[in-house]
Amino acid sequence: MEHILSLLVFFPAMAGLLGFLVVKESIRAYGICVSAIEFVLSLILWMGFDTSNPGYQFVEFFPFVPSYGMNYYLGVDGISLFLIILSTFITMIALIGLSIEKEIKNLVITVLFLEMTMVGVFVILDVVWFYAFWELSLIPMLYIIGAWGSANRMYAAIKFFLYTFSGSVLMLVGILYMGYLYHDATGIWSFALPDWYALQVPFDAQLWLFGAFFIGFAIKVPMFPFHTWLPYAHGQAPTIGSVILAAVLLKMGSYGFVRFSLPLFPDASVYFLIPVAIICVIMVIYAAMIAYAQEDMKQVIAYSSISHMGIVILGTFAMNGEGITGSIFLMLSHGIVSGALFMLVGVIYDRRHTKMMKDFGGLASVMPNFATIYGIMLMASVGLPLTVGFVGEFLSLAGFYRINWVMTLLAGTGIILGAVYMLVLYKKSFFGEVVHVENKTLKDLNAKELSALIPLVALVAILGVYPKPILTTIDASVEKMLVLMDQKALQDTTKELLMKANTIGGNH
Amino acid sequence: MLEPISIDIAGLNLQALLPMAILTIGALALICVDLAVKGLNRSFLTMITILFIVLDFGAVIGYKGDVRGFFDVLLVDGISLIAQVIILVASALFLPLSMSHRHFREFKMAEFYALFMFMIVGFQCMVTSDNLILIFIGLETSSLALYTLIALHNRAKAFEAAIKYFTMGALAAGFYGMSALIFYALTGSVEIHQIEQVLQERHFQPLVGILAATIFMVAALGFKLSLVPSHTWTPDVYEGSSAPLAGYMSIVPKIAGFVVAMRLFEMLVASGVVWLEYVLYAAVVLTMTLANITALVQEDVKRMLAFSSISHAGSMMAAILIGTTQANTALFVYWIFFLFTNLGAFTMLWIVRHRENLWDERYQHPYTKFSGLVKIMPMTATIMGIFMFALAGMPPFSVFWGKLYLISAAINSEYIGLAIVIAINSAVAVYYYMKLVVYMFLHEPVTIDARLYATNASTSLKVIVGFAAIVTIFSIAFVEPLLEVITHYVASSGF
Repeated sequence: MEHILSLLVFFPAMAGLLGFLVVKESIRAYGICVSAIEFVLSLILWMGFDTSNPGYQFVEFFPFVPSYGMNYYLGVDGISLFLIILSTFITMIALIGLSIEKEIKNLVITVLFLEMTMVGVFVILDVVWFYAFWELSLIPMLYIIGAWGSANRMYAAIKFFLYTFSGSVLMLVGILYMGYLYHDATGIWSFALPDWYALQVPFDAQLWLFGAFFIGFAIKVPMFPFHTWLPYAHGQAPTIGSVILAAVLLKMGSYGFVRFSLPLFPDASVYFLIPVAIICVIMVIYAAMIAYAQEDMKQVIAYSSISHMGIVILGTFAMNGEGITGSIFLMLSHGIVSGALFMLVGVIYDRRHTKMMKDFGGLASVMPNFATIYGIMLMASVGLPLTVGFVGEFLSLAGFYRINWVMTLLAGTGIILGAVYMLVLYKKSFFGEVVHVENKTLKDLNAKELSALIPLVALVAILGVYPKPILTTIDASVEKMLVLMDQKALQDTTKELLMKANTIGGNH
Repeated sequence: MLEPISIDIAGLNLQALLPMAILTIGALALICVDLAVKGLNRSFLTMITILFIVLDFGAVIGYKGDVRGFFDVLLVDGISLIAQVIILVASALFLPLSMSHRHFREFKMAEFYALFMFMIVGFQCMVTSDNLILIFIGLETSSLALYTLIALHNRAKAFEAAIKYFTMGALAAGFYGMSALIFYALTGSVEIHQIEQVLQERHFQPLVGILAATIFMVAALGFKLSLVPSHTWTPDVYEGSSAPLAGYMSIVPKIAGFVVAMRLFEMLVASGVVWLEYVLYAAVVLTMTLANITALVQEDVKRMLAFSSISHAGSMMAAILIGTTQANTALFVYWIFFLFTNLGAFTMLWIVRHRENLWDERYQHPYTKFSGLVKIMPMTATIMGIFMFALAGMPPFSVFWGKLYLISAAINSEYIGLAIVIAINSAVAVYYYMKLVVYMFLHEPVTIDARLYATNASTSLKVIVGFAAIVTIFSIAFVEPLLEVITHYVASSGF
């Protein structure tokens, strides 16, 4: 277990390199095997993970550029553990469900490289390396969308790339400024996150740095008004691209908030709490309304992603255990649910080559299994109790309730709106008579699709009923982070807010 | 009546002249050999030139003498040693590119190699002196040799490029002369350290005179470094020259210019005369931004690379503007990584060169030429893609580390605005670099005939590209040793 994190990061990349030697006919099986091994590795990581220890585990440290404080520094805690497992799991599922034939070899190799960057982002504790993985993850996604997407793919791919890249260069300036502050305060260079946690940043600097990091993360999440790249990317991306994009890549942004913004800049986070929360509420309601107006099934799910990410960020900024743990759990559940939904849209698109709801109708009678799984995922997405979606949404909103009940109420309407657009989608596509002749002969899910989807359904049910093992593990690390924030806070208002947010029974 | 000069021969420190002497002798010897033996093969000429460069390299690395030499005209300090190493390595990497699959007239002529060696001597003189006259001689020697090298390519565009470069260069030389003259008139010396001393004693008065001298100098060096607004020659000259020579021009003459600029401007910026900083600040920001924006609309890859190299030069000037040890270190680290990546990118253009303009009437390397290259030549496309992302400053490839260190240097000296400008510019730059990647990876191929793309490929070209690619990909391993060595040398020469 010494080097399991390095193994987790570089195994897919190595396998990707070797994949060049595998012939085209076997490459899909190769990809599934590699991603399955990677998934098993991540499960082994979970088994070896000491849940009673909220700190970083399996730490690996190697000084790469000691004179400038850049190290190869890996570690995992409760916050990142499940995101790693989510990444490996979704990659595996996406490869199992893969139905593309064209240039499949390049695609599988690209996905494996993408997996390296995703796992890398979540395990790395050195900020410069974090930036490196963060940026590197754009290249495979650019290729996936641009090469295997639909008609307007190039525009979508370039838009995706440019948006996220320009956001993150400002983050780079922020990172370097933070390194400078650290050097100024301690006399040594370090880009190690645990070192940075120990630094109390002056309030003015916090505001600027929070802004620099915020732009990088907000574009990735994507937060209103930087969200416009996402519907395009989803609209044009192939199924596997949408699945990974929605399930994992968006989580990098929300993970960044938890990992960087809150613990590094507690005062600035509290200072900007209300503006950020307003943006979140706008995201939730506005995106839900747009989703309702869509005619393309995939666009509905794309906009619902934005809406749900709004609740994730809101939960993160609740500044208490419930909110942050809930938001991390919601990241996981949204990963599972949106991944499954995009995969389902891919299934029907493969059969009918359209995603327009008006072209469907009455699918429930033709494809009963498909309709059932779709229905379950829809309910999970809406946040029906006993599904995985409910736990995270409830905790996030419950957490934020202590900060501001009006906004919580407004964000809560997002769930109602979510039920509206999702049920309308279901009604239009699945119920009623089969109007179009082409739809009468559609085949139900085949074995390949079922084997990709059933694990997701199982997770939706299991985690919806019994999320405790995951929640307690996350919660331990989150509580540790909250204590750190409280210790670091410079301003009295910050301490007061943290106190208020973390006390049960406060007045509102 | 001049005083009789009596100086001990040992005091001359002739060892300082050795590197330049080796190449001068080499060049002369090559001319003599060519007179005696006709029809020497280009492989012989290339290898013998590389050997002389290796000897020169040894003389530079092994230099143990005094900092000053030859009537105090030469100044062999840390930055001069680093710059010479960069110049020699780039030259040694450039030469094997002459052994392309197709034969070109210039590479068959011994004169090409002799001129090439004279040019290196010129660059070495520029960086190992703080005497304005010797710098001028170095500048002119190298420039005149370079004009000829471009013209030897023997295409209509090459002549156009050479003449354009020559005319603009002559103007710049005039500016340089004026500037040196004014400095001499003001201070009675042509040596930078003495000029500095005198100016400091006089608190930089008279301001008008210094202003004039500086403006002339900015114009003269700005031409060499292709700073906006004296950058207009760059794309045309690069387009007219052969691809490897264009790559060479984007690296070596500039590093020589940077060293001179470093010696001169850092003295002037440190003077505390505020407007001087503004002049440089404006030049830096304009160079980076305008060149980037112009690169966005280029239709030819070579011209795009030309504009992008202007932009890179702009960020290097930012290092000189900042002027701390870290910034100067960043300049050299950046340029070393840029050397490998940019030379690699130009070599790729050299490999895919085709005699006729098959893809576009006007341009040799339009973007459409590279459409769907990944489906025709996956390896070539991947390597080119890596070079592009590296030039765009994508981690963890080479140029990123230089950029990182440079932005950090800017932040550490409280030039936050400049840091943000550099960062935003690299976001703009990623668009045009990515354009090529998009063409290579996402578009459908125009033709599926791989031979069209490999008419000029040869083993030695592939070796150079492979070497550049390896350095680019694994650059992280070189960051620490480079930082250590360069910081040491830069700090020891007081920059």
